[in-house]
Amino acid sequence: MSYIPHTPAETENMLAEIGARTIDELFDAVPVSHRFPALNLPPPMSEMEVAAEMLAISEANDHGQDYAVFRGAGAYQHFIPSVVNHILLRGEFYTAYTPYQPEVSQGTLQATYEYQSMMCALTGMDAANASHYDGATSLAEAVTVALEVTRNKRKKVILSHAIHPQYREVVRTYHQGRDIRIIGDRGRGEIVDLMEMIDENTAMIAVQYPNFFGQIDELSDLAQAARKSGALLVVVANPMALSLLKSPGELGADIVVGEGQPMGIPLGFGGPYLGYFAIRQRHVRKIAGRIIGETEDADGRRAFVMTLRPREQDIKRERATSNICTNQGLMALSASVYMALMGKNGMRRVGELNYHKAHYAAQQIHRLDGYSVDMSKPFFNEFVVACPRPVSRINEALLEEGMIGGYDLGQRYFHLQDHMLLCVTEVNAKDEIDRLVEVLGGLS
Amino acid sequence: MRASESTQLLEPLIYDLSAPGRIGVNLPECDVPESPLPTELLRADLALPEVGEVQVLRHFVKLSQLNYSIDQGLYPLGSCTMKYNPKVNEDAARLPGFAQLHPLTDEDGAQGALYLMHELQRWLGEISGFDAVSLSPAAGAQGEFAGILMIRQYHIDRGERQRDIILVPNSAHGTNPATVTMAGMTVRELPSNDQGNVDMAALHAACEGELRDRIAGMMITVPSTLGLFESTILEVIAAVHDAGGLMYMDGANMNALMAVIKPGELGFDVMHYNLHKTFSTPHGGGGPGSGAVGVNEKLRPYLPGPIVGIIEEGDPNPKPLTQQEEEVSPLSNELANSPSLLLAGEGAEGWGEAEAPLYGFVMPEKSIGRMKAFHGNFGMHLRAYAYIRVYGDSGIRDVTRYAVLNANYLRAKLMRTYTAPYPRYCGHEFVLEGHVDNVDEVHALDISKRLMDYGFHPPTNYFPLIVPEALLIEPTETEVKEDLDAFVEAMEAIAAEARADPQILLKAPHTAPVRRLDEVRAVKELVLCCAPALPVGAS
Repeated sequence: MSYIPHTPAETENMLAEIGARTIDELFDAVPVSHRFPALNLPPPMSEMEVAAEMLAISEANDHGQDYAVFRGAGAYQHFIPSVVNHILLRGEFYTAYTPYQPEVSQGTLQATYEYQSMMCALTGMDAANASHYDGATSLAEAVTVALEVTRNKRKKVILSHAIHPQYREVVRTYHQGRDIRIIGDRGRGEIVDLMEMIDENTAMIAVQYPNFFGQIDELSDLAQAARKSGALLVVVANPMALSLLKSPGELGADIVVGEGQPMGIPLGFGGPYLGYFAIRQRHVRKIAGRIIGETEDADGRRAFVMTLRPREQDIKRERATSNICTNQGLMALSASVYMALMGKNGMRRVGELNYHKAHYAAQQIHRLDGYSVDMSKPFFNEFVVACPRPVSRINEALLEEGMIGGYDLGQRYFHLQDHMLLCVTEVNAKDEIDRLVEVLGGLS
Repeated sequence: MRASESTQLLEPLIYDLSAPGRIGVNLPECDVPESPLPTELLRADLALPEVGEVQVLRHFVKLSQLNYSIDQGLYPLGSCTMKYNPKVNEDAARLPGFAQLHPLTDEDGAQGALYLMHELQRWLGEISGFDAVSLSPAAGAQGEFAGILMIRQYHIDRGERQRDIILVPNSAHGTNPATVTMAGMTVRELPSNDQGNVDMAALHAACEGELRDRIAGMMITVPSTLGLFESTILEVIAAVHDAGGLMYMDGANMNALMAVIKPGELGFDVMHYNLHKTFSTPHGGGGPGSGAVGVNEKLRPYLPGPIVGIIEEGDPNPKPLTQQEEEVSPLSNELANSPSLLLAGEGAEGWGEAEAPLYGFVMPEKSIGRMKAFHGNFGMHLRAYAYIRVYGDSGIRDVTRYAVLNANYLRAKLMRTYTAPYPRYCGHEFVLEGHVDNVDEVHALDISKRLMDYGFHPPTNYFPLIVPEALLIEPTETEVKEDLDAFVEAMEAIAAEARADPQILLKAPHTAPVRRLDEVRAVKELVLCCAPALPVGAS
């Protein structure tokens, strides 16, 4: 019986202890009219067969081991050091539960505290939580915090249109039951336009850094404008870009959120990922999600524990601001191990490799007839390419040549028909990039 | 002694292992001409530690050894369903065709993943008796949120915007009332009777009184958070439906129901599944979860998206093989090469020699929207798929049968020593009162902490709220009788210790990596980030 260890003799013995004749008798409280329905499922399978089927299904996908990936748009292929997966496969980590019993959960607790610390270092904030589901839900939770911080008196939330389109959708899903107005995502997404939208009714303004189009906007003026009006500045940042760039904290952000996937988490068809959430400590009591803090045990030894618990749903119930009761524990561990391995110098080096490779690709493509790359603003590892024909056609041709091309911006941005968002990271070798340029050149 | 002066640190912080110039990974040389970096945009410093590969590995291995986990033993944490996490599923999740699949891959290139999600949607629907399933919620709490948003929108579309009250029993998980608030609706708490069931008089009063036109629905856990099947469940559902409300089932306890009842057939309109409980995906030290949501026809158009649909039907009448070879889709080619699929029964219908349908993402017509970026925690979907595949049609009921057997066995044996408040068979879990007669200073928490010294993870403490000193115990079906017996012996020994010398319990644990923690200090001093990582100038 697969993962059930009982022998018939044990089952008999256990039933005798209970005082029941059969297992089915234990279900006598279930309405008899509905008890024991048949299920239309496939028949059982052995482990050997399941492993073979999973392999067959997986190979029916176009994946990064068979194709060179030049697609990003919120999910990035990066090198993952082997140690990350070996730590992740420790049963002591991945088969443990939430550290509600801290005496037997110090491993998870300390690793999460270290994760929080390293996220503070990257973002320039002085507090971080143990994570949310993904970058998009982190942004949605940031909206709740901004409304709370401004005492639910301010009803306007500004989201730049250069924030990932799906992130903006998720914010709308989360807040559909609230009396607030979400604006900003129909404009050009230029920082000056966003600044003009801020008024005394604005709870927060959010921008992406680098933005969805890969560009690095100058944020200091925006931060100043937000501060002046009492609105919070929320920055959605790619942590990989923060290896090089000034931290959002340094630029004046109040909350920094984003997708931690680039740090040690595989593409995995979109999840599980890691929504990181960092904030100025003065607002930390307003935030949702688990937070790990340092303390001591009865012998005075340093130890870690879930803290500020009274904010959470199991204690505060209908007065909690969020119902979240998990974090992306294992994904936060991936990011911790990744950041620890890379460290100060490795992160910087990976950031530089991304920057140089993306710029090399952009320059080569810009030279091709019919193509142009928008280099009006600095960028990190993604950039927009205007193409001479529909992106879907180009991507079909690239696929034939073993490459997954860029994201088709025309799908979401009407004015960007025939524009492709290309991503180049440290995993793309020069010959892959040259091949990409060659195939694109043949399609001009 | 201050922590910083302690000589008995369990394991230093990663920052304490840092030395300038160390690096834990070997990176390649840059193989393209370098471009000038935009110096005015660059940060001056990045306060990450500098540690070598071996030290990083050992650091995290040592940390792992401070945890308790299912892989080490019984983890009877009620309402969390800590069952064995099959290793073959971990292998599957790491296959490059899954792990290295970009979420925005064109649908033609993701047919394997889409097929898997489509099958899982169908199987979860079949197991629970619902017409449609969305896999997109990232966790059970998000599934609840999706469910309540759907109920809200359903009433708005019918011109009944005033329906804003969700009834929630006082035995509910805290997520239920918190979810209602998040959705901008109002909680009305219902009392429980002495059997732990919903107080029917209070329910009828709510559904038939002046609030009748404001009832949007009710959230209820089945079996209840006490682990009991409510014999009145059909009456509860009818009362809420009569008032015009919809019924939400919290599916956290689905491990007690598989192939025993289908909640959709009982009359529930919507429920969430916890793939990380019932369907064995690992809890990961607190996540990731995965909280699919199932609905009946009323709510189908409102499902959070995207969900996987069939974009083009396959050809159910296979052409002769010679003719087909040119046209066959890459997926059916791949799958046709798999002997297991050719052997598979009805689950693989349409596969093999017939032309496969084309799967794609669709957004339900009146969808409440997207719950997260991309399309759910796919890594959890594939593990749940493999899990259901192993048990199949004839085996899945055994999961529930043996989970319920194990719980009733533990309950029967522990009742000799402790008080079990409800004298009837339990479902997959049961509640004990965590005290020992005539030893009033001993609480549920003390018993729990002492269990650690006996090598067990404690049960859930102080939940449900309606039982004083609650210990909620859920062994799951994967535990062997010897381990259950050892747990009973430990619980009996602890009761004896409580009578002989309660201090043993009050000061427990004695052998865990640390002793009880000063949680007040953690809140008062609020150290959430270690000093070397703090930005310059931060307090």
